[in-house]
Amino acid sequence: MGFVLSADGFGRALAELGQTHRIWAPVLKRGEGRFTDTDVVRYDFVESADQIDFQDRSDYSFKELLTPLSQTLFYYAEDQVMVPKDDPAEVIAFVRACDLCGLRRLDQMYQHNGARSDWYYDRIRSHVHFALMGCGHSFEDCFCASMGSNVAPEGSYDFSVDIDEDGNVLVDAPDEESAKLFARFASQERDVEPAHVDSNPTQVTVPDEVPNELYRAPLWDEYTTRCIECGRCNFVCPTCTCYTMQDVFYTDNGRAGERRRVAASCMVDGYTNVAGGGEYRRTAGERMRFKVLHKVYDFRRRFGYDMCVGCGRCTTVCPEYINFAAAINHLNDAVVALQQGPKEDSHE
Amino acid sequence: MTQDINVKAMKKNAFRQSKVRGETASRVRVPGGLVSAKTMEKVVQIAEEFGNGEIFLTNRQGIEIPGIKLEDMPKVNERLRAVIEETHINQQDKDHGYLASGTRNVVACPGSRLCPFGCYDTTAFARRMDQAIFPNNRHVKVAFTGCSNDCAHVALNDFGIIGMTEPQYNPDRCVTCKACVRYCKSRSVGALTVVNGKIHRDVDKCIGCGVCVNYCPTRAWTRSPEHYFRVKIMGRTGKQNPRMAQDWLRWVDEDSIIKIVKNTYAYIEEYIDESKPEGKEHIGYIVDRTGFDEFVKWALKDVELGPKAQVASRVYWDGKHYERENELV
Repeated sequence: MGFVLSADGFGRALAELGQTHRIWAPVLKRGEGRFTDTDVVRYDFVESADQIDFQDRSDYSFKELLTPLSQTLFYYAEDQVMVPKDDPAEVIAFVRACDLCGLRRLDQMYQHNGARSDWYYDRIRSHVHFALMGCGHSFEDCFCASMGSNVAPEGSYDFSVDIDEDGNVLVDAPDEESAKLFARFASQERDVEPAHVDSNPTQVTVPDEVPNELYRAPLWDEYTTRCIECGRCNFVCPTCTCYTMQDVFYTDNGRAGERRRVAASCMVDGYTNVAGGGEYRRTAGERMRFKVLHKVYDFRRRFGYDMCVGCGRCTTVCPEYINFAAAINHLNDAVVALQQGPKEDSHE
Repeated sequence: MTQDINVKAMKKNAFRQSKVRGETASRVRVPGGLVSAKTMEKVVQIAEEFGNGEIFLTNRQGIEIPGIKLEDMPKVNERLRAVIEETHINQQDKDHGYLASGTRNVVACPGSRLCPFGCYDTTAFARRMDQAIFPNNRHVKVAFTGCSNDCAHVALNDFGIIGMTEPQYNPDRCVTCKACVRYCKSRSVGALTVVNGKIHRDVDKCIGCGVCVNYCPTRAWTRSPEHYFRVKIMGRTGKQNPRMAQDWLRWVDEDSIIKIVKNTYAYIEEYIDESKPEGKEHIGYIVDRTGFDEFVKWALKDVELGPKAQVASRVYWDGKHYERENELV
């Protein structure tokens, strides 16, 4: 069921939705960018539709809702343990097609990877519904079409939002409750198909197989000198799920404290540290190799589809201009070169 | 034939007395060190038409056009009209060149218009300062730099203004990657430590350089909406007692700084030693004579510093006194 709403009508519909739901959406945070007087788009809870940034692709991921950057799992004091309160309110999260594809990867990792589902993830996830923001055009560095993430999966969203040239809001509402809501504020009912792109200026070719020889290929070496191992690429990624644990004893009372889990990055120092001082991947090049292969090969070997959704955020956020799409294509070039063998003219 | 020229008036009109008899150099002011290519073209034309085709880029980001015949000064002034207009020099009369030269070009590093570390728009502040203090014959040097790196060498000025940001920390966004701690230590002063998985900022040690914000990968660190400044005062080069400017104010605001520098002109008028060559005296020597407290009394007149401002009760300068002692040890 589709609807056309005025901007005002959409605002009122969302205000009503806000009575029963918390709204999680990309917000343009003025002055909160890296540099002086620059902005950043990251997710936050909003009170009204006009706070939502529909124009941009967020710099940071919606996943911070499901997997907070820093999350207290429980508090402890002597022999007592207390789990932090749950916010029982339903949440509607405004995301793009790539994010909904990313969501499948998050679910895969936290809910369908082994015998148990992650209790904390489930606790938040069970409250969350999704609204799709259509993509009328590619954003900087997007390569979703190459990764097959340019269209939202069937049934992945309650309703979609596109804003046309006149400022009207076009809504496709496969969810019945959502359809009822928007019907009351709509100026017109008609079929709506959420906008998506069929191709991007940036394209990648993902190799089917990556021979083991490429684990030591020179193509990774340049990243050792280029990458500063800040981990931005992981923190903004809608599919990265790694975390690490912190057990904290409060400084003014060492018998009370809390256990947290915080987001981790395979690019940041310490990720592969093990007891005894071992460290499996020391150089940025090795870390980059791990990350690239994980995103476009290793994950697929376990789950049957690639992890990377081609949202391009890791490239856009990289302070050292490392282009992740270029890394994938370099990998593919190396695979092709290896398959073709040494060049003809090399024999004597 | 030697022309009858009032050299003192010529100098105040921003023409240098050249060692080449009969020649001068036109000193073009570029407040904030940023000039449009269009304006630069006009400077180039003056150099080609009236000068010897060469251009000096001065230490204070001005421009000097050498090789100008003294008799061409009125024509050069006519041609400077457009330059004066386009660089928004604060003078009604634009037909007679620059109306003063004592208050030197206001210097600024590229600041936040270009530099990732710049904590404010140095160019805009420098231009605003120039509007407030020029034209004036008093010898005053003001310079702006975006951060504590002090690429603009503001520590060699009467007033050196350094940008600061007050880092804002959101512990919920912090993943303890320690990038801020590491970079604060290696690129700045080491004001950050990890306490129980979160970052503790030693507020007394922090110089507000913003390095933590630059390197934070999660936006746990962001910049304060307010731009703050550190003010170093009374630095100078020269023959007698060259010295670096020292910190006087920290975490102060833009409006206060404008007032303070303007107030200083009244202080100079009151206490300058007119017997000095050309009536020119670095303010620092006046402060040395009147005492620091007297300077502060004048400079802070009607200034209301914000709640975060820190004011040094006393400022100590070092630097060798060549007029007293010139031995190498």
